[in-house]
Amino acid sequence: MSKPYYDAADLRKFGKITEWSEELGNKFFDYYGKVFEEGALTAREKSLIALAVAHTEQCPYCIDAYTKDSLQRGVTKEEMMEAIHVGAAIKSGATLVHGVQMMNKVNKLDG
Amino acid sequence: MATATKSLKKQGSDLAQSNKQLEILSNGIFQNGELPTFKAKISETNQFPLKAKKLEILQINVGYMCNQVCDHCHVDAGPDRKEIMTRDTMRQCLEVIKNTGAHTLDLTGGAPEMNPDFRWFVEEAAKAGIKDFIVRSNLTIIRANKKYYDLPEFFKKHNVHVVSSMPHWTRGKTDKQRGDGVFDKSIKALQELNAVGYGMPDSDLRLDLVYNPSGAFLPGDQAAMEKDFKKALMEDFGIEFHNLFAITNLPIARFLDFLIASENYEDYMYSLVEAYNPAAVENVMCTNTISISWDGYLFDCDFNQMLELPVNSKSKHISEFNEELLEGRNIVISQHCYGCTAGAGSSCQGVVA
Repeated sequence: MSKPYYDAADLRKFGKITEWSEELGNKFFDYYGKVFEEGALTAREKSLIALAVAHTEQCPYCIDAYTKDSLQRGVTKEEMMEAIHVGAAIKSGATLVHGVQMMNKVNKLDG
Repeated sequence: MATATKSLKKQGSDLAQSNKQLEILSNGIFQNGELPTFKAKISETNQFPLKAKKLEILQINVGYMCNQVCDHCHVDAGPDRKEIMTRDTMRQCLEVIKNTGAHTLDLTGGAPEMNPDFRWFVEEAAKAGIKDFIVRSNLTIIRANKKYYDLPEFFKKHNVHVVSSMPHWTRGKTDKQRGDGVFDKSIKALQELNAVGYGMPDSDLRLDLVYNPSGAFLPGDQAAMEKDFKKALMEDFGIEFHNLFAITNLPIARFLDFLIASENYEDYMYSLVEAYNPAAVENVMCTNTISISWDGYLFDCDFNQMLELPVNSKSKHISEFNEELLEGRNIVISQHCYGCTAGAGSSCQGVVA
């Protein structure tokens, strides 16, 4: 039986990346921590953005982490799903807007 | 939604037994060294043994009977629980209340109002003139039966500080944890408390809410949650309250049962250990509280009461209550204690660090 590529328990080990590159790892986690602090955006708003991006990036660790983080911040499931739709809309929009490029090319090549 | 209608005890569940719960909390990830025990963790910062300081809060559990069967309940309370404090034990408590140096009296349950001697006890205890007299009311009890409808006036008459659970400002999340219809009844009860003056901005009639998460996750920042609760409850229902206490669910009783059944136990314990905050240990509530059970026994906190871990002192019962002996006692700990030291910490009065 082969192991799956992703193991949910690996998320707990994320901090260990510093063991093989301490300075860069620490700089990353300092930055990461700072980004999610309350600022011009609330921590709750940042959590929802992170949740949406986690889906567009299709990162299972991030989805687990920011679903939990959103719940911790009192975010409702309706708000979470809407946030994901925002991500999905941008993702699909980003695909479809390239249709203009295709149309431009067709018009150039085929009149 | 909250599906249970019976307590674990009534269901005959293994987890109704405190020794089974303690066994789970000591085995597995804590036995194989994957996670440090609470004792090992606080030893890292020379905080073991955890010692009781001067007594500030007397918390009395007047019985485990409740009109609700909430998913997370650490008391395993419910309508089928028959453990009720007698008037004789209340008399012994009153003697202590009259003479204690504690500034806060905190009545809890179950639904404390369901104890037939509750009103008598409140009237007598109020005479002692203790500074902060808290009753932990689940709100729905006020709407449960005609005989409770006047509770807001009764609380007001005795200047009781009302502290009530409210898991969320939305119906769905509240009813999921506390049962169908709880949200609407709670809103009505809060409006009635507001109507007699509770929770109003300049009012001395204190009304605080307790938030504890509806699932296997830790509470968010207390101040941010309070802001969200205030905004939503005001906009949607015109409700005012003073403060929100964010409380972490401790992995015991029904919440432990849920964690195990939903396969969240290990992740939850990891979350608690990762969020361990030595600063929270300094002010953890067991260091300034005595919890008294319905039958008069003394515990470091309500959680230890439910785990049947009595105080480590010669003064073990309300009949032999000795504040001097209790001060400086070693607090009895196990892995559930991580619940009170995670993040900004957790106590019956919210965050501690």
